[in-house]
Amino acid sequence: MGKVPKKRNLADKVRKTKTSTEIKNNPFEVKINRKKFDVLGRKTKHDVGLPGVSRSKAINKRKETLLKEYKQKNKSNKLIDKRFGEYDTKMAPEDKILQRFAMERQRVHDKKDVYNLNEEEELTHYGQSLAEMEKFNDIVNSDDESEEKGLLSAELTASHFGGGGLLKKRTSGDQQEEEGSQRAKSRQELIEELIQKSKQEKRERQVQKEEAQELTEKLDQEWKSIQSLMVKKTPKAECDDKPEEKPKLEEYDMMVRELVFEMKAQPSEKMKTPEELAREAREKLQKLEADRLRRMMGEEVGDTAQSLVHMSADDLNDGFVLDKEDQKTLAYQDGKWNIGEKSEDEDEDEEEGESGGEEEEEEEESEAEEGDGGEEEEDDDDEEDEEQEGSSDEEDGHSDLESEQESEDEERKQEAEEASAEPKKILSKEELKAQQEAAKAELPYTFTAPESYSDLKDLLHGHTPDNQRLIVARTQKCNHPSLAVGNKLKLQKLFGFLLEYIGELATRSPPELTTIDKLIPELYSMCQIYPEAACKAMQGILGDAGHSMEEELEVKGHVAFPTLDMLIYLKVTALLFPTSDFRHPVTTPALLYISQALSQCPVKSLQDVTSGLVLCCLAVEYVSFSKRFLPELINFLAGTLHLAVQDKTSLGYAVVPPFRPSGKCSDLLVLSDSESCKSWSKKSLPLSATQHLDLKNDLDRDHHRLMCLFTCLDLVKRCSLLYKDLMSFTFIFQPIRTLLSKHLSAQALPELLQELHREILETISSVPVSHSRLVLEKKKPIPLKLLTPKIVEVLDYGKKRGSTREEREKERLKHKYKKEFKGALREIRKDSRFLAREKLNEVMNRDAERKRKVRELFGSLATQEGEWKALKRRKRK
Amino acid sequence: MAPAKKRNVSSAKTSQQSVKTAKIDLNSKVERILESRKHANDVFDILEVLQSEKDKDVISAADACGKLFCTLLERKELFIGKLPGEEEALGGGYSAEEKYRMFMRHRYNSCVEMLLEHLTHELHGVKESALCCLMKFAAGEGQHPLEDLDWSEHYSFPRELILAVVERLLSKTTDNSLLISRFQEFLEMEDVRYYVMSSVRENVGKVMDKSKGAVMPVYQTNVFTLMSNISVPSQESELTNFMVKQEAKHEDWKAAKLNEHKRVFERMWLGFLKYKLPSNMYKKVLVILHDSILPHMSKPTLMIDFLTAAYEVGGAISLLALNGLFVLIHQHNLDYPDFYKKLYNLLEPSIFHVKYRARFFHLANLFLSSSHLPVYLVAAFAKRLARLALTAPSTGLLIVLPFIYNLIRRHPSCRVLVHKPSTEDEPLEDPYLMDEEDPAQCRALESSLWEIKTLQKHHHPDVAKAAMLINTPLPEKEDDISEVLEITTYELMERDLKQSQIKNIPLEFETATQLLKGVGDVLGQHFCLD
Repeated sequence: MGKVPKKRNLADKVRKTKTSTEIKNNPFEVKINRKKFDVLGRKTKHDVGLPGVSRSKAINKRKETLLKEYKQKNKSNKLIDKRFGEYDTKMAPEDKILQRFAMERQRVHDKKDVYNLNEEEELTHYGQSLAEMEKFNDIVNSDDESEEKGLLSAELTASHFGGGGLLKKRTSGDQQEEEGSQRAKSRQELIEELIQKSKQEKRERQVQKEEAQELTEKLDQEWKSIQSLMVKKTPKAECDDKPEEKPKLEEYDMMVRELVFEMKAQPSEKMKTPEELAREAREKLQKLEADRLRRMMGEEVGDTAQSLVHMSADDLNDGFVLDKEDQKTLAYQDGKWNIGEKSEDEDEDEEEGESGGEEEEEEEESEAEEGDGGEEEEDDDDEEDEEQEGSSDEEDGHSDLESEQESEDEERKQEAEEASAEPKKILSKEELKAQQEAAKAELPYTFTAPESYSDLKDLLHGHTPDNQRLIVARTQKCNHPSLAVGNKLKLQKLFGFLLEYIGELATRSPPELTTIDKLIPELYSMCQIYPEAACKAMQGILGDAGHSMEEELEVKGHVAFPTLDMLIYLKVTALLFPTSDFRHPVTTPALLYISQALSQCPVKSLQDVTSGLVLCCLAVEYVSFSKRFLPELINFLAGTLHLAVQDKTSLGYAVVPPFRPSGKCSDLLVLSDSESCKSWSKKSLPLSATQHLDLKNDLDRDHHRLMCLFTCLDLVKRCSLLYKDLMSFTFIFQPIRTLLSKHLSAQALPELLQELHREILETISSVPVSHSRLVLEKKKPIPLKLLTPKIVEVLDYGKKRGSTREEREKERLKHKYKKEFKGALREIRKDSRFLAREKLNEVMNRDAERKRKVRELFGSLATQEGEWKALKRRKRK
Repeated sequence: MAPAKKRNVSSAKTSQQSVKTAKIDLNSKVERILESRKHANDVFDILEVLQSEKDKDVISAADACGKLFCTLLERKELFIGKLPGEEEALGGGYSAEEKYRMFMRHRYNSCVEMLLEHLTHELHGVKESALCCLMKFAAGEGQHPLEDLDWSEHYSFPRELILAVVERLLSKTTDNSLLISRFQEFLEMEDVRYYVMSSVRENVGKVMDKSKGAVMPVYQTNVFTLMSNISVPSQESELTNFMVKQEAKHEDWKAAKLNEHKRVFERMWLGFLKYKLPSNMYKKVLVILHDSILPHMSKPTLMIDFLTAAYEVGGAISLLALNGLFVLIHQHNLDYPDFYKKLYNLLEPSIFHVKYRARFFHLANLFLSSSHLPVYLVAAFAKRLARLALTAPSTGLLIVLPFIYNLIRRHPSCRVLVHKPSTEDEPLEDPYLMDEEDPAQCRALESSLWEIKTLQKHHHPDVAKAAMLINTPLPEKEDDISEVLEITTYELMERDLKQSQIKNIPLEFETATQLLKGVGDVLGQHFCLD
């Protein structure tokens, strides 16, 4: 057993010494794989094998891996040599050493002395740097030197010349130790000292800087205090300075610069990402806001504010600041006229820009989104808040003060420059005030997104409808989701708040419907951006309304008509979401709600009739595209017409609940005076009529009734046109037809209604009454089972038959898997064989050792015995 | 031990006392009376308090009375037998002991009177305590009868007292439902229930005869509340809980027999239903009839008259009567001619809007589940329901569509309604006669269910989908209607609202600019903002 591997090992050893070409040429090493067919042009990789080589390779590999593992088995400790290239067999040992050395040098060589070319290797003695030793000794001995000059102590010589091994030996161990520790200490101290020094320097520098700053500040303050005095003088100084400066820019320089910049091909501005655009838009708004603030506060304050901003900014002290200030003072000097005009122009521009932006937004939402998408609130939140809260009183006070101050200034100026004291100045004063007023009235440009509903209410409170819309639009822009992480959530919440706000507006008395009307585009645009949130919010409202209606129905058995806010919500739903979808998460429940309201709410008053008609209008709108059938709608319209029938005996039609054939509320639409028809003219019903009606006299009431009737008839007409194609059209409209033709005669109605009346009847009678019988859809007959075998013609011989690409791929993978599996199995088998062999080797070695020892023992015993016997023999002798 | 004459009680003093001290005072008085007969006259103080204006005093006095007289009853210190008048008792040659008993009996009687008066008090607390006290007396009297038990056939029970209590409970002027529900506690006891039932019958007969059959809503409501609280146990072995345990021949006692209970129950109800009822009372009775009245009657068939009369009334009442009729037809072999015809005529547009829709369709489903019905009848039902579906709300449609499908499934010959490949392919008018009352004459079989075809365009997706089913042959399995019977509109809404996994919500592409504009612009044409 053990012999074969030994032999092989020997063979391997031999083989190792040979080069690869030698092996390849050796016919005993080569095994030729026989091929069955020689295919022309096919390259074969495996026609020649080197079994010996591959075996030895495998064994070596196993020795490196498996054997190691085996040896390490059951051992918790392990030694890993981390020296460079320790396990790299490919590397020559000389290379290894060289590499290691180089690495060590690199490590020592710090970054800081990359440029220190003179720096050489530190020389050491006894592991201590010689240079340091010298230094240390110098320091130590410098003290001593004065005392014992010229004395050559043993220590001194030892330290200086190092070599004195004998001397060193002579010194006691304790001393040596002490010295060592001292030396170490001193080194540490040195480093600490160095650190301290650098720190101190730093501190000093800081202090110096601070001092300088303080000085400049002081200077600034002083300057400010005397600024007002200098006001008159500065212009002159400036005027003097300017001409001085100008000639400095020589023509040559200018030319050079021009030439430098002229010919260069300038890169075109890169396309801006939506975020950048949004940021720009926000910056623009912020700028506008700052501008507005400045104008509102009056100019001086604006200046100081700007200078404040300047100080806070991380600006370098270059000429830029000076330049700006120059301009400022210049502006002062020239008087407010200029600036006022300028800013006013700007103001107008801004406003134009704003409105233009909005129009665009209306036209196309996406454009608006990209164009002036939105901003972050952040930095100037506080400013806005303050300003919103205290815009009225605080700033008023300020502006008063400032205007006073300014007027004082002006007076002074007038005194100084008598010549230039023209009426213009006074005008400018007035205009300034007007401008301030305008600025006050103007809206802020940035808004924080409201965190709660009450926030939103506060935000919108007291503004005109148009301004409310602007506020919402600006809030939306300022909180564009691309500007900050939380903005998306904020805006989503904002949608919910807006909906709530709309509901509240509708419930106010009188309802502020114009405001709602103005807010619609904003709602729409927000809905487009956050469909999910909008859907959720709307679903919430509808769900609550449906739930409360259901509960009321359960408790009382009947429900009141939905209030105006709910009607508005339903309308808004139709505006935001498509009504024609077969199934839609919002509109389907909304329509269901409408239908339930129409079928469950008893009509008790004219308001109820109006609400019902609004619901009917909504229902017609909901189904206008899809032409879907809404039985409740027809029922309600028929019931409403029934309310107008005077004589309620002998009805030829059934009245569907919630209406009753007769009762106290079944005459709601009967005219009290037939003469009122004549004075009636068509005009729209107000939506608020669903909540409360104040009709003073019978005539008004009759007009309202006629209007309701008109609406009802118009809706009936629309329905009849919508449902013309339904199979049961005649039966659906049967009650309405009999009602109109027999009970509600056209003669008693105004002309407009007569016309509608006639049209409806015509439409109803024009629809064909006959239909062909119902027949089930023809479906494909199920074929009988066939027993003839399926024959597939094989066209491509040679290839794997009848397989698509996927199948082939699958086949290939299967094959590969099989191969791999087999290979792995083989490897495992080889591994275990190898291990077994190793174990056997071990055992054999152990046995051999034991045998050897035993034999040794025996040998020694034998000699002992022999000696003893010899002794004995000798003794005997 | 000569009982002193009525002492002057300083009523002002008692009224001044606070409630708590009054209570303590009352209790101590009761103690004293019970302790020795010397203090017997204190009973007047207690009765005085019982009549006072303050309700808290009254309540505590009622408690005290209850305690006092119950103990006296137990001690048999009340006069037993025919009670002579007060004066007579004094004059007659009775012993002091007897005189004392008579005196106490008289006080007891007046106390009962007062408590009965208190049953009509306006405060519930007073009423309740009076009722409890009276029932305590009843229990005491039952145990220690105040009549002479001369003949053995007699079973002792305070019938008079119960009758008086019931009479007060069934007030003609005030709604006593709260008190009656309190009284229900006592109805748990078999004998009390038995005698209450008979007292109710007596009382109803008396009162209604006096009013000559005119409707008395409050009184009848009270009677109904009391009666609907009564339920007879289903087995005789359950009759265990008695207030009074008879010493002799307990088993022979009427109150201990289930059959007697049932008979009294039946007579009570019949006696009540004999008279004209207000329509909402009709509905109430019909609602509970099938499961809390009919099973407890000894001869349920006696209800036939009432039920058929109710069935003839029409509308919701007819719908409700169906249930009782069904029980009678199903369990008691009632033969009801023209039942299906009447059922057919019950189908009105309003059935989809009434409260009892679920019950009606449940029953109609049962009635029409028979496979032995003639085809013309089933077809008539199917067609009529389909026609009515044109005016039904969505929830109703979700019931009626599977209902019609089930009819067609059960009666395959009805398939012509949805599938009639005719030889001549000409369109025809609907031959079905909606106004015809006889299902045999309505020509439903000649028609087709075009209405369902129409409903395929219904606005609600579920309804439209359900209506789509007639396009293809119906699957064999019947739809389970019971799932959809109770469905509400809100549940339908929730189906859409609760769908959380919607990837992208479709949005309106037409830009909204104004509130009233958009989607057909119908609202804008008729309404304006202000």
